[in-house]
Amino acid sequence: MNSPQIAKITEAKTENKDVKTFMFEYPKKMIPGQFFMIWIPGVDEIPMSVSYIDKDVKGITFRKVGEATNALFDLGKGDKIGIRGPYGNGFKINGKQILFVGGGTGVAMLAPAVEEAGINNISSTIIIGVKNSSELFFEDRFKKCGAEIHISTDDGSKGYKGFATDLAAELLSKEKFTSVLTCGPEIMMKSLLDLCKNIPFQASLERYMKCGVGICSQCCIGEGLRVCIEGPVFDGKTLKNIEDFGVYKRDAAGRKIRF
Amino acid sequence: MIDITTKIASLRLRNPTILASGIMDEDAGSMKRIFDCGASAVVTKSIGLKSREGYPNPTFVELEHGILNAMGLPNPGINEFEGEIRKLKDSNVLTIGSIFGSNSHEFVELSKKMQNYGVDALELNMSCPHAKGYGLEIGSDPKLVREITSKVKESTNIPVFVKLSSNLTDIVEIAKSAEDGNADGIVAINSVKAMKIDLELKMPVLANKTGGYSGMAIKPIGMRCVYEITKNADIPVIGVGGVTTGEDALEYIMAGASAVQIGSGVHYRGVDIFKKICREMECWMENHNYTRLSELVGVAHE
Repeated sequence: MNSPQIAKITEAKTENKDVKTFMFEYPKKMIPGQFFMIWIPGVDEIPMSVSYIDKDVKGITFRKVGEATNALFDLGKGDKIGIRGPYGNGFKINGKQILFVGGGTGVAMLAPAVEEAGINNISSTIIIGVKNSSELFFEDRFKKCGAEIHISTDDGSKGYKGFATDLAAELLSKEKFTSVLTCGPEIMMKSLLDLCKNIPFQASLERYMKCGVGICSQCCIGEGLRVCIEGPVFDGKTLKNIEDFGVYKRDAAGRKIRF
Repeated sequence: MIDITTKIASLRLRNPTILASGIMDEDAGSMKRIFDCGASAVVTKSIGLKSREGYPNPTFVELEHGILNAMGLPNPGINEFEGEIRKLKDSNVLTIGSIFGSNSHEFVELSKKMQNYGVDALELNMSCPHAKGYGLEIGSDPKLVREITSKVKESTNIPVFVKLSSNLTDIVEIAKSAEDGNADGIVAINSVKAMKIDLELKMPVLANKTGGYSGMAIKPIGMRCVYEITKNADIPVIGVGGVTTGEDALEYIMAGASAVQIGSGVHYRGVDIFKKICREMECWMENHNYTRLSELVGVAHE
């Protein structure tokens, strides 16, 4: 049933000055790319992708960007949050060689997908795109699962100086990838889709959500596609036909907000 | 051949299933998808004069036998919504514009705009159970219901339906007020005022604390309301509340409804619930030797 289960945060880890990971017991089966509705009691309930998947324990990794995530950031081990889900479709992880492109905190939800690719003996390359090196996290985690790591920073403080998409263009011209999986700012993902041409493409989208179960239409894009049900992961073919993609999202009132 | 077409005021419907307000109806794309899934008409999200963000989350929680929500009438405002209506009408979707206001001036202004944008009918929200100054607070005053309905009728020329709440001492009295105001139909019922408390946190789950309960649990309440209204007033009724199967829809038809609206059912059976319900109704009618749905409207009163 879609009502929040109250869980205690069993482990809290500070990834960098703005990013934290919380672990909690939640023994439901999940696949990479799926998400929870996380209830911060008295504050808000927000969608959040899974960043750690174990049989009984799951994790979320988030950046403080607004009222809800600021309040969540102030919580720690032993504090209670409400969780419902898992929701959404998740990534399809197959092929021989996957290029992952994570922009900003988008990297967090790609991590379980990179791990699963490793388990399935799929070779992985990941581009981590951030504004500057202080925003990096999960490098060691990607190393552990044998992924080839490339870093891009807007200011050149580490790795490639420039946008993740420019770095992706370089890699795509040199190597033959069987698919590209991405999560990050939508404008970045749209540019990446254009770069990918015929390479199978999957992007995880973010929208304001309310119900999470496909009835309120708050997160709908295109012709009634529900990011919470038919998404959050959409393939390139679908995204090419969605006028909203990379152009606008809707706020809580349903007004169109351009990216 | 089984005929499940129906008519309410001047609206001819290809079948009796209509998308209820508040479900999959914030944007043209969603409503078009539902129309393509078999609904004969769609009711828009309730729209007001100005944009409203509604309440913070949690705005939704599922309970054992239904769904509790307190969205708080979020909407982009009537002017911004024009684009959605125009887009819907370009696709020939039969559209009922739902509106909410705090007085007759607001309702009239909204009605005129909706009509200009091209909606086929209006639904006046006088029953939202969780928005201060709107909805139920308007819809529990018989004089106000009559005044608003008649003013809207005077200033428009499309069918006007009034959506009522079951949270009233006497729903028949309010339905008659709408009838006196020349309403073309009653929509009954909106979600029922309710609450859920989380034991671990010892607090209400919904940010607004109270909300509206919908789904299977409220079907008998809606049924009683539809029966009472059609027994005591001479006005077509659209039944809403817990319609999940073809049998549920037929029960409302027998209680006196000319059509039904479906909301929470989309969660229980998916977006193609409209087609499923139509098929189930046809199947039941075939097994019971009925060829026209109209033969069944109100038979429970006989």
